[in-house]
Amino acid sequence: MIDPTAPGFWPGLFQVLLVGTGETLYMVGVAVLVTVLVGLPLGILLVGTERGGLFEAPFGSRPLGRVVNRVLEFVVNLGRSVPFIILMVALIPFTRLVIGTFIGSTAAIVPLAVVAIPFFARMVEIAIKEVDSGLVEAAESLGATRWQIVAKVLVPESLSPLILGLSTTVTSIINFSAMVGTVAGGGLGQVAIQYGYQRYSTIHMVAVIILIFIIVMMLQGLATWLARRFSHRARPARSRAAVPTAI
Amino acid sequence: MISVKHVFKTFGSGAAATTALDDVSLEVARGEIFGVIGQSGAGKSTLIRAINLLERPNSGTVTVDGEELTRLSPDQLRLARRKIGMVFQHFNLLAGRTAQGNVELGLEIAGVGGAERRRRSLEILDLVGLADKAGAYPAELSGGQKQRVGIARALAGNPRILLSDEATSALDPETTRSILDLVKTINVQLGLTVLLITHEMDVVKRVCDSAAMLENGRILEQGSIVSLISTPGSRLAHELFPLGEIAPHPGNTVIEITFSGGSADRPVIAQLARSYGLDVSILGAAVETIGGNQAGRTRLELPGTPLFNAAPINDLRGQGLLVEIVGDGAVVQGAHA
Ligand SMILES: Nc1ncnc2c1ncn2[C@@H]1O[C@H](COP(=O)(O)OP(=O)(O)OP(=O)(O)O)[C@@H](O)[C@H]1O
Ligand SMILES: [Mg+2]
Repeated sequence: MIDPTAPGFWPGLFQVLLVGTGETLYMVGVAVLVTVLVGLPLGILLVGTERGGLFEAPFGSRPLGRVVNRVLEFVVNLGRSVPFIILMVALIPFTRLVIGTFIGSTAAIVPLAVVAIPFFARMVEIAIKEVDSGLVEAAESLGATRWQIVAKVLVPESLSPLILGLSTTVTSIINFSAMVGTVAGGGLGQVAIQYGYQRYSTIHMVAVIILIFIIVMMLQGLATWLARRFSHRARPARSRAAVPTAI
Repeated sequence: MISVKHVFKTFGSGAAATTALDDVSLEVARGEIFGVIGQSGAGKSTLIRAINLLERPNSGTVTVDGEELTRLSPDQLRLARRKIGMVFQHFNLLAGRTAQGNVELGLEIAGVGGAERRRRSLEILDLVGLADKAGAYPAELSGGQKQRVGIARALAGNPRILLSDEATSALDPETTRSILDLVKTINVQLGLTVLLITHEMDVVKRVCDSAAMLENGRILEQGSIVSLISTPGSRLAHELFPLGEIAPHPGNTVIEITFSGGSADRPVIAQLARSYGLDVSILGAAVETIGGNQAGRTRLELPGTPLFNAAPINDLRGQGLLVEIVGDGAVVQGAHA
């Protein structure tokens, strides 16, 4: 039991929250970066290797395209269906291999990215499918290569839904990052468990809830603003943007 | 300039197969505006998409500017496509780019540098009359303005050919006219060969030098408008100049006279009445200006049987007019031939 009237309680609380927030932002930030770097191409390939897609016949082989599509579908479905808590534990050997340990914020990035990548890839798939096939055709008629079509048509034209999808993904990464705290992954989740739960400090618990709420609200506000800015329904400012970066 | 030879295209297989192009051959001469007309589902879009191989035919060859596209490697084909501009019914502009950004797309794809891209795109936007809309996004433009951007985008890379698939079908009549005038201007000023697809006869009448009619994936007729008009029984000519349906009196002769070029402004009917003392009635008439020339058709009723009217009819033919006898006129036609 922690005594809020004890000297040094408030500076201590502040210190713990500061470190926790830093750790949370660190693991979420890096996980988001990895998620975008892997999930975006994955989502594009998921659509592209479908029948009639841009990459339906990689290296001129339709059977290869079909196999790639099946494998990606399977991986994404698997990643999406395994509960996070199980995934996290199952990934421990892999995490140890990549990071060297399975404890701490850096190690937590691995399960967070692994759970978020298939989730985001689906979002990318949905967003890219919304792009009018006439635009792809127009680019083809101008002699575009497949990569030019991806970079100049598919991604820029689906920027708004991509940003909103990313925002949803980041929110769930924050959610999962708190769960990681229960197995010594650090961050605000661990603060809530160590102080709020194990030492009955309601003040810690409430502070963590408020902080996470503020982070999520700011994130969603930013995403909505960016998405509107890129949708070009109303009067916007700039246009060119290749790949959305992490928020 | 464009030569399509024995092109077949079938979608699907087995019982569900649709033959969209059935042994289509087409010749488009350099510098002309060639119209392909046909009903919905006739295969018009499939045909125009086969020209730049957005749709690869099952068999047959497509040659553009002396280069047989159907034999090119994917990389060569991409280069060849840059010389073939394409305009779409629904504009297909990138919503995230301004008018200028859209025009620059093809230049970016071709690897043209930034300064040159800006110069060229503004120049071409000026040509299509949109210099003041360079910074506008497609959502802020009207349909006609969007299509002008679409045309500018197609022209930015200096193509030799412009393909247009129903470019005016989504536009109102007045905007359609202004876009067609623009196409004509480009055709004349830049010497561009244009292949356009339409289901509107008016479009063909307004700008085309030649036309083809497509039905169920087959070309029924093709040729210059002037030659089609003077082809007896041409369906295209009949659809270009539809005549009213007024029933003639039984026992009388109904003839159709086709005018083109100089013959249109001669007082043919008055002369006929004067020379032969005939009571000529006009059942229907259509006169149009095609490519700057008057052309048209008149349906006349002459009293008496075709045999009785053989002399005046031969006289008209002697003046170089195309005269067809409607209904049971086989006797006189045979006599003349
Ligand atoms: N990708 C496709 N898959 C299957 N069938 C197709 C495809 N594209 C066209 N077809 C079929 O081919 C035929 C010709 O179609 P096409 O689009 O060329 O007609 P169209 O003359 O352009 O018609 P419209 O005036 O309505 O645009 C139609 O029967 C159509 O259903
Ligand atoms: Mg069509």
